[in-house]
Amino acid sequence: MTGTSQEPAPARELVLSLRGISKQFGAVSALTDIDLDVHAGEVVALVGDNGAGKSTLVKVLAGVHQPTSGTITFKGEPVTLSDPATALSLGIATVFQDLALCENLDVVANIFLGKELSPMRLDEVSMEIKAWKLLNELSARIPSVREPIASLSGGQRQTVAIARSLLLDPKLIMLDEPTAALGVAQTAEVLDLIERVRERGLGVIMISHNMEDVRAVADRIVVLRLGKNNGIFLPDASNQELVSAITGAENNSVSRRASRRAQAQESQP
Amino acid sequence: MTDKVTQNAPQPQLLDRADVRVKHAEGLGGTISAFFDRVRSGDLGSLPVIVGLAIIWTVFQSLNPVFLSANNLVNLLFDCSTVGVIALGIVCILMLGEIDLSVGSVSGFASALVGVLWVNQGWPVGFAIVTAMAAGAVIGSVYALLLNRFGMPSFVSTLAGLLAVLGLQLYLLGSTGSINLPYESPLVNFGQLMVMPAWVSYGLAAIAGIGIFWTGYREATRRREAGLSAQSMAGIVARAVVIVVVLEAIVFYLNSSRGIPWMFGLFVGLVVAMNYALKRTQWGRSMHAVGGNREAARRAGINVRYIYTTAFMLCSTLAATGGILAAARLASSSQQAGTGDVNLNAIAAAVIGGTSLFGGRGSAYSALLGIIVIQSIASGLTLLDLSSSLRYMITGAVLAIAVIVDSLARRSRVSHGRA
Ligand SMILES: Nc1ncnc2c1ncn2[C@@H]1O[C@H](COP(=O)(O)OP(=O)(O)O)[C@@H](O)[C@H]1O
Ligand SMILES: [Mg+2]
Repeated sequence: MTGTSQEPAPARELVLSLRGISKQFGAVSALTDIDLDVHAGEVVALVGDNGAGKSTLVKVLAGVHQPTSGTITFKGEPVTLSDPATALSLGIATVFQDLALCENLDVVANIFLGKELSPMRLDEVSMEIKAWKLLNELSARIPSVREPIASLSGGQRQTVAIARSLLLDPKLIMLDEPTAALGVAQTAEVLDLIERVRERGLGVIMISHNMEDVRAVADRIVVLRLGKNNGIFLPDASNQELVSAITGAENNSVSRRASRRAQAQESQP
Repeated sequence: MTDKVTQNAPQPQLLDRADVRVKHAEGLGGTISAFFDRVRSGDLGSLPVIVGLAIIWTVFQSLNPVFLSANNLVNLLFDCSTVGVIALGIVCILMLGEIDLSVGSVSGFASALVGVLWVNQGWPVGFAIVTAMAAGAVIGSVYALLLNRFGMPSFVSTLAGLLAVLGLQLYLLGSTGSINLPYESPLVNFGQLMVMPAWVSYGLAAIAGIGIFWTGYREATRRREAGLSAQSMAGIVARAVVIVVVLEAIVFYLNSSRGIPWMFGLFVGLVVAMNYALKRTQWGRSMHAVGGNREAARRAGINVRYIYTTAFMLCSTLAATGGILAAARLASSSQQAGTGDVNLNAIAAAVIGGTSLFGGRGSAYSALLGIIVIQSIASGLTLLDLSSSLRYMITGAVLAIAVIVDSLARRSRVSHGRA
């Protein structure tokens, strides 16, 4: 059940390489023996059903959780991501599924959190300009960057979280369901942005439930199922293939529904 | 993302004024209506405490005309400074959503330490003071260690600290129970007598105004140069002038009596420094972030443990400083120092002044405003010859009102999306 696992010629430098990553939460094995490679200038989509372990994997790479076992190699060096600061300083930026913003702080403060300009005498003006620049690149519709995050909608918060991840010129960006809360135009902006980031030679890991979005930008699609690798696909893989890898059966509710509809159409004159 | 900033081009629109949905305050009228909007949405700032203070002063003044006399107010400022410094540390701790219940004990311990080292052991007074402050810092670092390493809630660790440090204080003072500090010493003079010469107090008030104008002016020019909206020149000047006039009037009135105590000057200096640290430095930003959402702060790469450690050490050090000032004020280190209502007055002052118990929200100035409220109540009731039983009850009621205002404001902020 490995699908079509022929990889695209990895001409480019390997940014990130995971071997045998496992993560245990007490009795729950959230991740078991995960292998994953991300090259420079490559968008890897991470797909899987709810609870498959996608967010957990992202958190391991962000330094939020420590893996129970396995090795992480970043730009050819084995690394230990003992806390988020380490991951950030290596150049791994993350947009978390729960966004991880401080609601009591304004947009500028959130974007620059932990990386403020001139620490002993905050340079609010430069930070505000840079914040607007990042937000405008994302075509964000943010009314004011001096309002607390609590006053923003889900989509606006998402954009702030994405803007924040771009601030430090990372080598690898991970986006955990970045388009889940976004409108049509903003989703397109984010997909455009992902492509631009790829052109700049960054590695991207994107998690999404939307197969259209995934196909649109991904160079490879990595499927997780119940915390294990369950196949690597190219974006031209059929929906049937992907769905059965995600759900783990040829005969699943999605394919049953599809065949029912096909039958219904055939039975019509 | 690599392209250059296209600022300063002859844009018809300011960078931060592109969205037509947002109301922007224009001119003086706009500023005033924006203020009311903010208050309505639960962003009260110092408003409740200023209203409360006005009520308290009106009531006491009508009951006893001595209350607002310059003489009484100068005494009030002397009394404010000791617990006020302690409350300033509490502001730091509340900012993180934590608590320190042992500040009273730490202040008493510090005063005992100064008494023992300076009077009994004959150390130079400066040395004794620094040692007592360092002892405070050590106590704070223990709380931080217990929280960071063992996850011990500060409520519990500082409650244990309250007893343990009180024990240390009693042990230090031994059987005699109290040490009198020499009356002629500079420390006691500082706590009881030393006031600013008139020209210094007028000068400091003027410098405050100039400082406010200068920072406002610089910020506005930089923002305008960068293509951002900025406060109007008239607004900046008006604000600075109003502040200077009010401050100079207060100084003038107080100078008709003894003048402004140096000890109060020290307290205000600490408040201003703390305000700067909380508002204008990366450390202060991290304090707000950790208090607002600890996990988000950690994921942003902030060293959360370091922030807790600095806050607890700062709080205990300020508590020790307040204790030393209290010893100077009373010219003694006694077993009673730091006991009774010191603890709760310090915490109440921070909360009454507008620092939220929920973390992530507060200002150094709340220590100043809050302690003035509390000392006003104490002083007013003393003038009326009412016992401390009534004082406790009224202070308790004011604290309860402050917490209710805090909770209601928070609810309102949540519903207005400003939590
Ligand atoms: N902090 C945690 N503590 C315990 N179990 C967790 C924790 N985080 C995730 N899990 C478990 O790990 C599994 C994978 O979760 P997650 O990575 O969030 O899935 P996904 O993002 O793919 O929907 C789930 O079974 C979840 O219950
Ligand atoms: Mg998830």
